[in-house]
Amino acid sequence: MEILDFIMTNLDLLGRLTLEHIGLVAVAVGLATLMGVPIGIAITQNEQVATVVLYVASILITIPSIALFGIMIPILSTIGHGIGYLPAVIAVLLYSQLPIIRNTYTAIHNVNPGLREAARGIGMTNVQRLRKVEIPLSVPVIMAGVRTAVVMNIGVMAIAAYIGAGGLGVLISRGISQSDPRQLVVGAIAVSLLAIIADRSLLSLQRKLTPRGL
Amino acid sequence: MITLDNLTKIFDTERGVVTAADHINMEVPQGEICVLLGPSGCGKTTTLKMVNRIITPTSGRIMIDGQDTTDQDTVSLRRNIGYVIQQIGLFPNMTIEENISIVPKLIGWDKSRYLKRASELLEMVALDPAIFLKRYPNELSGGQQQRVGVIRALAADPPVMLMDEPFGAIDPINREVIQDEFLKLHRELKKTIMFVSHDIDEAVKMADRIAIFKDGKLIQYDTPDDLLSHPINDFVKGFVGRDRALKRLQLVTVAEVLESESSVVTADDSLATALQRMDAAGYERAIILVDGNKRPVGYVSRSVATTTNGNCGKHSFNLRTVVRPEDDLRTVASKMFTHDATWLPCVSEHGKLMGTVTQRGITHHLGATYKTSRVEGHDLQHMRVAT
Repeated sequence: MEILDFIMTNLDLLGRLTLEHIGLVAVAVGLATLMGVPIGIAITQNEQVATVVLYVASILITIPSIALFGIMIPILSTIGHGIGYLPAVIAVLLYSQLPIIRNTYTAIHNVNPGLREAARGIGMTNVQRLRKVEIPLSVPVIMAGVRTAVVMNIGVMAIAAYIGAGGLGVLISRGISQSDPRQLVVGAIAVSLLAIIADRSLLSLQRKLTPRGL
Repeated sequence: MITLDNLTKIFDTERGVVTAADHINMEVPQGEICVLLGPSGCGKTTTLKMVNRIITPTSGRIMIDGQDTTDQDTVSLRRNIGYVIQQIGLFPNMTIEENISIVPKLIGWDKSRYLKRASELLEMVALDPAIFLKRYPNELSGGQQQRVGVIRALAADPPVMLMDEPFGAIDPINREVIQDEFLKLHRELKKTIMFVSHDIDEAVKMADRIAIFKDGKLIQYDTPDDLLSHPINDFVKGFVGRDRALKRLQLVTVAEVLESESSVVTADDSLATALQRMDAAGYERAIILVDGNKRPVGYVSRSVATTTNGNCGKHSFNLRTVVRPEDDLRTVASKMFTHDATWLPCVSEHGKLMGTVTQRGITHHLGATYKTSRVEGHDLQHMRVAT
């Protein structure tokens, strides 16, 4: 009951924090997609480079988010953004690289060699082959990588509240510091719900983007 | 016309240098199908793929219609060569229409032209455009997909086509059908075609010329009939198979060995007349009975004619089967065995008797071909035996 009361009286706040949270993740994963997909495509050209890039991306993801925020404070302080929005976005951007690069690389790499040969034999240039054949065929797997990144980073972004980035993490951190279980529980549930909803809607987007005939 | 001039490909592999194609010289004349044949790893596919530079030659030249392709831009070279592969390679994200239109679009045809072309091509392979244009490849059977694969290669009307085991992945029954369809199409379009196969029967059926490869070398390049009757060494002999005489049967049509049937009887003729005519014409066993329109309806056997009186109509036997002039002799031989016959009547489109084909005639024809070409070797042997 107490929790319901809290939600009803703080709907405004809850809405604002949710939007903030979505905004942060959307910007970060959006930028990560713009970065990771071209990287994933580029590394299909050279297996050694691919191994190194994927290795680095795997290491990045093992750094605890709190540690990453800590590392960025002195670095970004030099431009006056030691805490807040910028480090939060950068952290999520880095964490998103692995699922996005790896899925893009795998998808393009695994395009049926027969199709690739047909495309070459027909007289498509490399760019035409990518645009008309390899990328459309890879969309489902690339989108699955984006989904993984979004869901994972909705959680990470909750921690970014500690460096003042805002979002639903604010409720959780306040709940802990003020020993207020209502805020803690509402914050946690909201983050989980957001992750589930984001996953579902991205799944339907993925289906829409998948070319018919696949 | 495709001309290969000392074409060579050397691969640098981990296990050392491999010569996949060793100074290949050959010419595929305008409008002919040349089948490259050999065991796996013999260099036939490498040779084919050098023509559209999927594989870059180490040395040597390729000429298409007399023009050296070495310095030609790879992309435009490929757009002028139809390419069909065993994996078919239809793009699953595109409709059949889009798949067929790819090359015309790439070379800048306007929309109405390439759409019209797509419908036209589908009709050529008996796929209804109204049904198939908007479908996706995964909605088609394997045979239908390969038909689309073939017409996609034909879309921009290239003078030359390369086909890499195009019918290899199709089940045997459909393969026969699609091979026949393709030959029919070829007779209309007269493209110059290089075709890789590992199946001697397919090669004999499709080829105007067969090139046998082994260990990167071109061993023999000949018409199917010459290849089967005169394999130049034991490898070729082994490769074409011990039944090569039988394989030659499918290269010859009934029309080529047809014996005209000058003497026939009608239902009203007496058996005595029948016997007389058999003797006059030298028919050992029987004479054909025809109706008023010269259609064969039965036969009268010599044994009946010599022992019985009456007219032919009452004492004839039914014909068990007939053949058509365009049937190949393999079909005829098969029918002869099935029906235990030593001869079969051949009828025209309208059922009129055109003549007969006999076992002796078939053997004679095959024998005659053996003797006429490459006489030297055989005659020498005979002379030695004689002296």
